[in-house]
Amino acid sequence: MNDVETTNPGGTQTVHAAGVSIKDLRKSYGSNEVLKGISLEVRPGEVVCLIGPSGSGKSTLLRCVNLLEQPNEGAIQVGGFEATDPDVDIDKMRRKVGMVFQQFNLFPHLDVLRNCTIAQTKVLKRSQGEADKIAQANLERVGLGHLAKRFPDQLSGGQQQRVAIARALSMNPELMLFDEPTSALDPETVGDVLAVMRKLAREGMTMLVVTHEMAFAREVADRVVFMDGGVVVEEGVAERVIGAPQQPRTQEFLRRVLDPTHIEVAED
Amino acid sequence: MAMTARQRAKTSLYVQAGIFVVAIAALLLATDWKTISANVFNFGRIGPMFPGIFTAGLVNTLIYTALGFIVGLSGGLLLALMKLSTFPLYRWIATGYIEFFRGIPALLVFIAFGYGVPLAFGVQWPIFVVVMVSLGMVAAAYIAETLRAGLQAVPKGQLEAARSLGMPQWRAMVTIIIPQAFKIVLPPLTNEIILLTKDSSLIYVLGLTASQYELTKFGRDGISSLGAGLTPLLVAGAFYLVVTIPLSLLARKFESRSARTKR
Repeated sequence: MNDVETTNPGGTQTVHAAGVSIKDLRKSYGSNEVLKGISLEVRPGEVVCLIGPSGSGKSTLLRCVNLLEQPNEGAIQVGGFEATDPDVDIDKMRRKVGMVFQQFNLFPHLDVLRNCTIAQTKVLKRSQGEADKIAQANLERVGLGHLAKRFPDQLSGGQQQRVAIARALSMNPELMLFDEPTSALDPETVGDVLAVMRKLAREGMTMLVVTHEMAFAREVADRVVFMDGGVVVEEGVAERVIGAPQQPRTQEFLRRVLDPTHIEVAED
Repeated sequence: MAMTARQRAKTSLYVQAGIFVVAIAALLLATDWKTISANVFNFGRIGPMFPGIFTAGLVNTLIYTALGFIVGLSGGLLLALMKLSTFPLYRWIATGYIEFFRGIPALLVFIAFGYGVPLAFGVQWPIFVVVMVSLGMVAAAYIAETLRAGLQAVPKGQLEAARSLGMPQWRAMVTIIIPQAFKIVLPPLTNEIILLTKDSSLIYVLGLTASQYELTKFGRDGISSLGAGLTPLLVAGAFYLVVTIPLSLLARKFESRSARTKR
């Protein structure tokens, strides 16, 4: 059921892509330091995948970019915004940054179309008519134009996640953050979500993606960043980091992920 | 005679029911029906209660309850938000308020606002204002706790999603979080209205004029004027049930509906 590749009556929006620059980012919860000095550049239009074991700090790093987590030290630039400037207009910055969550977080009391228009009308002050048109176009873009009047609990996980992407796109973001977007999905709906993300990447959206989908990272990402224990262990072209990792920790992680049923025989 | 476990359980139920029936029968036999029928079921003399019990009693009870609920709901929402605030002073104020007004009898609150305010400030509030404020302030304390639970039951990801779309905190609360919280607390909120309906009877302490009588005061008045003993109170009680039982059914309907959508 791949209903992603549909014509796009709203016309493909020209993407104004923003870059991200992260310098020496540190984040602790109490005495537990989760990010231990991360530096990362994402150029406009680039797709960067963050991979690594759970607890490595990838999600925290992603959530620092739109300030869902407050970093303790370091600097983050998003487009023209100094995210870490205490004087920054957080809400204005977040309009430029779309976020897709593992648990979708659609608004259950609103139908699909309203999910995609509520922030347009309340935040961007678009008229309801204009917002509806933009939302409908983005729902077509993710292949779900026919479900506009449904409520979230009437959709499959994969459909909900695609609505969440359409909701974010309706704000015309210049950067999209994906926090394990397919981890909560039934296996058969993962492909539809990845297809939408692949399409977005091709349209030139800047994307920062935390994922365990190695095949997707290898195919779509310009660069892959491997994190472990709160630091960047290895980064580079996707093909090289996943295909021929240099660091032992990366090799170990990829061996486990790519061949989970492999049983290590203890050596004497 | 040996019984199986199932037979024993069944027999035990029959015995319990038997004891219950015997106790009721004994109570009915011991009752002085002659006096009771003259003083409690004396429906022949209550004619003068109508239509006043509708046009004044029931109407005023509903008005007082509604006024109290409006104040209680807005105050309760404010207190619930304060209780969940990151600013400690707000949390302390809300906690202090809630504990105080849940801890003292509503009757004292009525007396405080009915007699205390004129003494302290030299102003006599109209009775509707006194009811609105005192009933509302008591209700706010209870409703605040209900709403706080509802607000906390909305998943954290909802606020994060709203904020990441660029909504300021207040906007996210108003359009995303509070509507979902209200849906969750609809059944307990309906129960609050039932409690409020009954609490509205306490304003008899304020000395009302006839046009301000609510159901209980109306019934008490009937006791002294009709010579039918307590019968007028029985009638007033029936009118409360006319209001509270439908509300109770409504709460149950909300409950089963939210149980269904949760799956």
